[in-house]
Amino acid sequence: MNHPKCKTHIVVIGNGMVGHHFVEQMVEQNPLAEITVLSAEPRLAYDRVHLSEYFTGKSADDLAMTSPADYEQMNVSFHLNAKVTQIDKAFKTVITESGESFNYDKLVIATGSYPFVPPIPGNDQEHCLVYRTIEDLEAITASAKVSKTGVVVGGGLLGLEAANALKQAGLETHVVEFAPQLMAVQVDAGGGRLLKHKIEELGVKVHTQKATEVIEAGENARYKMCFKGGDFLETDMILFSAGIRPYDNLAREYELEVGERGGIVVNNFCQTSESDIYAIGECALWNNFIFGLVAPGYTMARVAAEHISGGDLQFTGADMSTKLKLMGVDVGSIGDAHAKTAGALSYVFENQPEGVYKKIVVDAKQEKLLGAVLVGDNSDYDTLLQYALNGIDLPEFPESLILPSDASTAPALGADALPLSATICSCHNVSKSDIIDAVTDGNCQLADVKSCTKASTGCGGCAALLKNVFDAELEKRGIEVKKDLCEHFAYSRVELFHLIQVGRIRSFSDLIEKHGQGLGCEVCKPAVGSILASVWNEHVLLPDHISLQDTNDTYLANMQKDGTYSVVPRIAGGEITPEKLIVLGTVAKKYNLYTKITGGQRVDLFGARVEQLPLIWEELIEAGFETGHAYAKALRTVKSCVGSTWCRFGVQDSVTQAIDLENRYKGLRAPHKLKMAVSGCTRECAEAQSKDIGVIATENGWNLYVCGNGGMKPRHADLFATDLDTPTLYRYIDRVLMFYVRTADRLQRTSVWMENLEGGLNYLKQVVIEDSLGICEELEAQMQHVVDSYHCEWTSVTKNNQSRKRFRQFVNSDQQDNNIVFVEERDQIRPATLAEKSQIQQRDNQELAMDISIVEIESDLA
Amino acid sequence: MTNQWTTVCKIDDLVDNSGVCALVEHNQVALFKVVNNDNIHIFAVSNWDPVGQANVLYRGLVGSSAEQTLVISPLYKQRYCMSTGRCLDDENISLQTYEVRQEGKDVQLKLVR
Ligand code: SRM
Ligand SMILES: Cc1cc2nc3c(=O)[nH]c(=O)nc-3n(C[C@H](O)[C@H](O)[C@H](O)COP(=O)(O)OP(=O)(O)OC[C@H]3O[C@@H](n4cnc5c(N)ncnc54)[C@H](O)[C@@H]3O)c2cc1C
Ligand code: SF4
Ligand code: FES
Repeated sequence: MNHPKCKTHIVVIGNGMVGHHFVEQMVEQNPLAEITVLSAEPRLAYDRVHLSEYFTGKSADDLAMTSPADYEQMNVSFHLNAKVTQIDKAFKTVITESGESFNYDKLVIATGSYPFVPPIPGNDQEHCLVYRTIEDLEAITASAKVSKTGVVVGGGLLGLEAANALKQAGLETHVVEFAPQLMAVQVDAGGGRLLKHKIEELGVKVHTQKATEVIEAGENARYKMCFKGGDFLETDMILFSAGIRPYDNLAREYELEVGERGGIVVNNFCQTSESDIYAIGECALWNNFIFGLVAPGYTMARVAAEHISGGDLQFTGADMSTKLKLMGVDVGSIGDAHAKTAGALSYVFENQPEGVYKKIVVDAKQEKLLGAVLVGDNSDYDTLLQYALNGIDLPEFPESLILPSDASTAPALGADALPLSATICSCHNVSKSDIIDAVTDGNCQLADVKSCTKASTGCGGCAALLKNVFDAELEKRGIEVKKDLCEHFAYSRVELFHLIQVGRIRSFSDLIEKHGQGLGCEVCKPAVGSILASVWNEHVLLPDHISLQDTNDTYLANMQKDGTYSVVPRIAGGEITPEKLIVLGTVAKKYNLYTKITGGQRVDLFGARVEQLPLIWEELIEAGFETGHAYAKALRTVKSCVGSTWCRFGVQDSVTQAIDLENRYKGLRAPHKLKMAVSGCTRECAEAQSKDIGVIATENGWNLYVCGNGGMKPRHADLFATDLDTPTLYRYIDRVLMFYVRTADRLQRTSVWMENLEGGLNYLKQVVIEDSLGICEELEAQMQHVVDSYHCEWTSVTKNNQSRKRFRQFVNSDQQDNNIVFVEERDQIRPATLAEKSQIQQRDNQELAMDISIVEIESDLA
Repeated sequence: MTNQWTTVCKIDDLVDNSGVCALVEHNQVALFKVVNNDNIHIFAVSNWDPVGQANVLYRGLVGSSAEQTLVISPLYKQRYCMSTGRCLDDENISLQTYEVRQEGKDVQLKLVR
């Protein structure tokens, strides 16, 4: 845009999030403009949206959105603690509390709002506080230190956020709400009911339909809140969060038009009734509406900046949809959540046991989505929002959008289905076409697109969607979303798998000579090592393979922070005899190892030096142990519950089944690690539904679950088949796993693999149960080859002198690595910290010095 | 100050495309034998991982990027160029490198003292 670049003097009152955004926009639009910022707060703009993170350790500096240096660099002059008290429209001047005056050509009011404190007698006492500024949070922190209980007045979005803060500060926390439900603005009655239940489960007491009449001195606590009707609640502190009121006092006093219930009236250009004065953000009233969110405020800031620079962008309202996590509870609200549109119809899904409530509101013809309410599960939010914002036609059965995806396959909305105008990031108003433009301009990295469009740099809620759109766009241009493994191979893992299998390639050097270049790297080498192992199952430490493995595989143990290793023998199904337990203890004692029970039902021995590994394993193997593959992308453990043998509820022998499964699949190398579990009845004590392969006993056999995991992004496994007999169970598992081994990407766990399989669970069922690809026999045969060629890697290593030679710290000395130092804690060793190491070293040096002086004395005598 | 070639181990002690460690006058030196189309090249760098703060570099993976031959830390995966010692992931970090040669069946380091 080519706006006239003139020297306009602009004064901005208020430096909240929106005022600051205006400054940034203005500088960008018209670098010559002279800008003066007058802020009532003692600091420049900070991130109010993430204010609560102040309680979880963020400092005022972390929250800051700019700095004096930044403003100076942008040539913006600013005054802190400079509250404006007068506007002189005739002389185009504003005057601050301290009497300083500033001339303006254009004035921008961005004074935001203040917390409303209900006029209850006693509301002005020392520990009656509000939640809006950093200073407020400092006061709350101080008060919390001398309080045991806290009450938040107001059960809206901010009130619940405040309640969470009090809870985290260790206070017994109550929420008192005047309305019959929580979050009445965003959520309907059904969602509110569930939300209340969930919040109470988290230990916050919720009192709805309570009107406080007076706050007086308490008997057991500092204050007593007396409610209408005679109830009361005692508390040490009170936090008011009963809504916000626009800071429109300047407009009232200096005769700018204000709304009946407050707010400075603005037009589509954000001009007030005085054309040289603009109002933006939470103090502005547009179309009789105040937007209490930051994204609409940002849009207003952009509109005002454009208008001042001669542009004609207009503000035409904003979407008030919200997605948030309150005390870990997902809450989402989209559009017409209360179905107020004439003729609107709703679909509701509620799963009380799991605490999930979902409602969608559609138009009378059931063609468009008008709104939605989500509590307890926000996973559908992004898709629903796109339907609502872009007027996308609903699928034939709109309910499929919110029903659990087992019951019907929910039509996921791919990036392609979105119109170009679709808003991807509402915080920064970035549309799909903005992202495409950024790619066109040569931004081929997600990070670059982020920094040039600002998408996903606000609340972050749009990150997943942004990535989808970005990937889809690259793919379209054939800039392939780089599936190349790395610079050495222009192939994906799946392609390499085929090259290796079809070309009967058995070594990395062969593969790179034929299909790659260079020496390889930390990405392709282990990936190829794993494929070779899956296909040929040769020993990973054969000379051909040794240089491929990640260090953990090379040394068949997991490296710890100090360079020592852990040793994890296999304990199939978690079952172990007393004799073997004693061996573990004896070996640990002999080599002075730290012992711990793992989360996978076995025992980990830590602190082994590299040269000790073969000695330790020799003793373990002697006693009948085998490697546990804790170091490998391979089957880890098959967890079991005690099952029908002992347990009064068990319906099948889960321990035997777990041991059999573990022995069948041990040693199977895969794109990522694999975990399994077997439970003896539906009580599911083995947590099978959180595993890659989960098996749960039924009266009639076994139910098979697939593709679950814990870890960073937990996913429940999907029910795959029911009431299987054991041979069928193995057949299905063989096929699922081998199909995964063949087709997954490197380091892709089964969950992500399945989610990326086109057709998902149903497709997998077709391939595995109905043999739709006609490959089941082959998959089974391949698995049988792996099962038949199993060998314990540690057994072969300990027997082979050449292999054993690798396990030493120095090729030319028997000395030990003197950087490995342990200290004792709770009667076991642990690695010494740096401070401890230097202390120990000093002591040793002193002793050495003494030894030397003794030697010197002796030689003197001689 | 003299420069002196010192034998630290035998060529057979090295492992193709992988590392071992030698103790050379209290210094831990990681030695790598890189074989590429019949070209053999030996590299010697300090065994100390400056990021992980442990003596483990000889257990790192050997790799390449463009023309540089790399060792990759087994702890936190930083990549180091073995000729220059430069860390590709953090320009403030580098490894000490040593001049190294094969002399008959011996592997020798040039020590500066
Ligand atoms: C020892 C143990 C913790 C403990 O003291 O209990 C452990 C320790 C490690 N885990 Fe784990 N995990 C252990 C159970 C788990 C579990 C629980 C379970 O298996 O039931 C989980 C969640 C379940 C799951 O995986 O789905 C778990 C999720 C992870 C993850 C995240 C995986 C993910 O998909 O998000 C990693 C990182 C990775 O693999 O990339 C990890 C990685 C690691 C590594 C290998 C990290 C490393 O490279 O040093 C740790 C080294 C183990 C060692 O030195 O022996 N560990 N880890 C547990 C060993 C179990 C065993 O007997 O083999
Ligand atoms: C705890 C909390 C959580 C929130 N979470 C979200 C969220 O998740 N998503 C979301 O969209 N929004 C959220 N909000 C709302 C969001 O913070 C506001 O919409 C946004 O900050 C409004 O910006 P503003 O610049 O209009 O007002 P403010 O940020 O309030 O800034 C106004 C500034 O003007 C100053 N001022 C007032 N009068 C004068 C005067 N006379 N002279 C000089 N200066 C003056 C004030 O001191 C203040 O610094 C949250 C708010 C809070 C408090
Ligand atoms: S899952 Fe069933 S059999 Fe297993 S321990 Fe629990 S109740 Fe018992
Ligand atoms: S929607 Fe908030 S950062 Fe994009």
